[in-house]
Amino acid sequence: MNKLIVSPSPHLNSEITTAKIMSLVLAALSPAMVAAVVFFGARAAALIAVCTASSVVCEYFCRRIMKREQTINDLSAAVTGVILALNLPVTVPYWMAGLGSFIAVVIVKQLFGGIGRNFANPAVTARIVLMVSFTGYMTDWAVPQYWQAEGTSCFGALYHTADIITGPTPLVSGNASLTSLFLGNTGGCIGETSAAALLAGGIYLMVKKVITPAVPAAYLGTVALLTLISGGNVPHSLMSGGLFLGAFFMATDYTTSPVTEKGKIIFGAGCGIITFVIRKYGSYPEGVSFSILLMNILTPYIDRISENIPFGSRSEKKEV
Amino acid sequence: MFRLKSIILDHLKHTAGTEARMLPDPDKVLIPMSMHIGTPCEPVVKKGDHVLAGQKIGDSEAKMSVPVHASISGTVTDIKDYRLLNGKTCKAVEISSDGKHKTADCSPPEITDKASFLKAVRESGACGLGGAGFPVHIKLDLKKETDTLIINAAECEPYITSDYRQMVEKPDEVLGGIRLVMKYTGIAGTVIAIETNKPDVIEDFEKLTADIPEINVLKLPSVYPQGAEKVLVYSCTGRIVGEGEIPADQKVIVMNVSTVAFLYRYCCTGIPLISRRITVEGTAVKNPLNIFAPVGTMVKELLEFTGTDINDVRKLVAGGPMMGSCLMTADTPVVKTSNSFIADREYTEPVTTSCIRCGRCVRACSMNLMPLMIEKAFINRNTSELKRLRAGLCMNCGACTYVCPANRRLAETNQLAKELIR
Repeated sequence: MNKLIVSPSPHLNSEITTAKIMSLVLAALSPAMVAAVVFFGARAAALIAVCTASSVVCEYFCRRIMKREQTINDLSAAVTGVILALNLPVTVPYWMAGLGSFIAVVIVKQLFGGIGRNFANPAVTARIVLMVSFTGYMTDWAVPQYWQAEGTSCFGALYHTADIITGPTPLVSGNASLTSLFLGNTGGCIGETSAAALLAGGIYLMVKKVITPAVPAAYLGTVALLTLISGGNVPHSLMSGGLFLGAFFMATDYTTSPVTEKGKIIFGAGCGIITFVIRKYGSYPEGVSFSILLMNILTPYIDRISENIPFGSRSEKKEV
Repeated sequence: MFRLKSIILDHLKHTAGTEARMLPDPDKVLIPMSMHIGTPCEPVVKKGDHVLAGQKIGDSEAKMSVPVHASISGTVTDIKDYRLLNGKTCKAVEISSDGKHKTADCSPPEITDKASFLKAVRESGACGLGGAGFPVHIKLDLKKETDTLIINAAECEPYITSDYRQMVEKPDEVLGGIRLVMKYTGIAGTVIAIETNKPDVIEDFEKLTADIPEINVLKLPSVYPQGAEKVLVYSCTGRIVGEGEIPADQKVIVMNVSTVAFLYRYCCTGIPLISRRITVEGTAVKNPLNIFAPVGTMVKELLEFTGTDINDVRKLVAGGPMMGSCLMTADTPVVKTSNSFIADREYTEPVTTSCIRCGRCVRACSMNLMPLMIEKAFINRNTSELKRLRAGLCMNCGACTYVCPANRRLAETNQLAKELIR
């Protein structure tokens, strides 16, 4: 007779793995990637490819140099790369996109121990570093389907971007129609303009139970409420800028947001308040990235105050 | 409807449709003296004695203990030390069959009042058949006013159908047992809690209890761990069995459906607890079955009875796939609390990766614990944090480990954490 295997219970495991979760996130991001290419052309696809590839390469070498088990197969680096790309204007140079991936994966994620250990969202932090370092590049918003105005093809800008026609983001100008905002036919980062594509991806994530509605609902709800109170245009403020991308894909990052539903609601509401304040009073047009980063830093404290109360637990006397 | 957090599992109840088969008497049985929670028995027979099925072979003076009986007739060939699944050792009596299957002179016990009922319950050797093995005469010796008897027929673990087959094959035993318990303990009302994945027995019992206002059938959603005691009490009554409490503190007692059915059988026949229904399942098992087998039968014989090639088995679990314990050998005897054995052909230990703080374990825990934080505190050996997180409330249902995408062994860590703060 064989030697029997002895292992602790349970002897069943669900099918879900980290890699499966990340592949669901990539699937949820695909409508936004398609929208990016539709509105910003082949260069958007190239940017996504550069960010994703460089993120995975950075992760690979980091793990090798640190002599840790290889983690590129969990696809988290690919997700970081795609989200970072979606946070870039189409005009940024490729080296800058690669630098962003390096910052996200090496500095923000791997130096803190890799997946699950970083305190800040890698893509958000990388975007902020690029934003404050290269403000000009990072706020140069291309006009959607700029190649039509130039009378060239969408491949025209793959190598030089100087001729791309740019305009202000609707967050600043405030003149885009709601239909354009919904579909994504406005200026902005390549992945943030199409509210429809991001909403579809967000709903997909909720249906697949990758994320719960707590963070997006609290985040969008808070922004909507504050905009309403301040007399602003609610649909416009929700759909312009990076709010949908942030609320569905960046603020919901497991590692850098609280674990309980209560905590997630506090986190989402905090993001909403900071976003609103920066947009209304700050010197930057957009506050989504900053708000998420600030709330990331508060996450351990939110975790502490939002712990679940164990079933039937007695109130505890303070131990001296 | 009261509901705690839970997870949804595949039911995998492949054996539900077939009637339990009787195992022919084995040549040899090994009966451990400790099959219940409490003090182990001391053998009252010695090597060379001839015993009859149903004859008492072990007993104890201790209150928290139930006697042990021979399950076949034959000769005591050995009394040896036996290591239980929990690692403790006790004596075990080996009986070689004489092939005659002679039953001791069993007559129905005389029951007139509560005291004689409890005495009979103790003499029957009854302990909780759902898996815990708590002595029934202790549970029924109510010290506080109790208003509800909950019959646990949830059977929430995948694969296992032995309770279900009890309800299908002998529903009268279940009702008879409930009546006995109600009569002699004075409990006024009974709830039979059945998961909705057993619609036929729900219908049967609703019909059978239609004229009995004090016995009600309650349909519960088929979620895991619905049958865990605290969860069941909350689902049925909305009462919270708090930290350090037992159900009786909330005026409730919970009994497994097969346990009450056995009490009725005993009161009718006087034959003590010497055999039981066991589900034999798993990928290595050729014909999954429920088997009525004598206590002390080797698991190997159950597997052979189902036509299983013992060489195919790589993993053998006693109990359900969520909470059961692995056996080191198929030469392990069936005990009173054995409700199922699962023999699997292959098993690959899932690879553990880093916690990504997805919160699935937190959303799965019925006890509302924070398994990922307990794990962290355990790794740091932070006992005050473990106490603050109430690691002691974990009932090892395994839901957290089941849902973890990083395959972290959270339930196991919780058990170790409990030991650390004990």
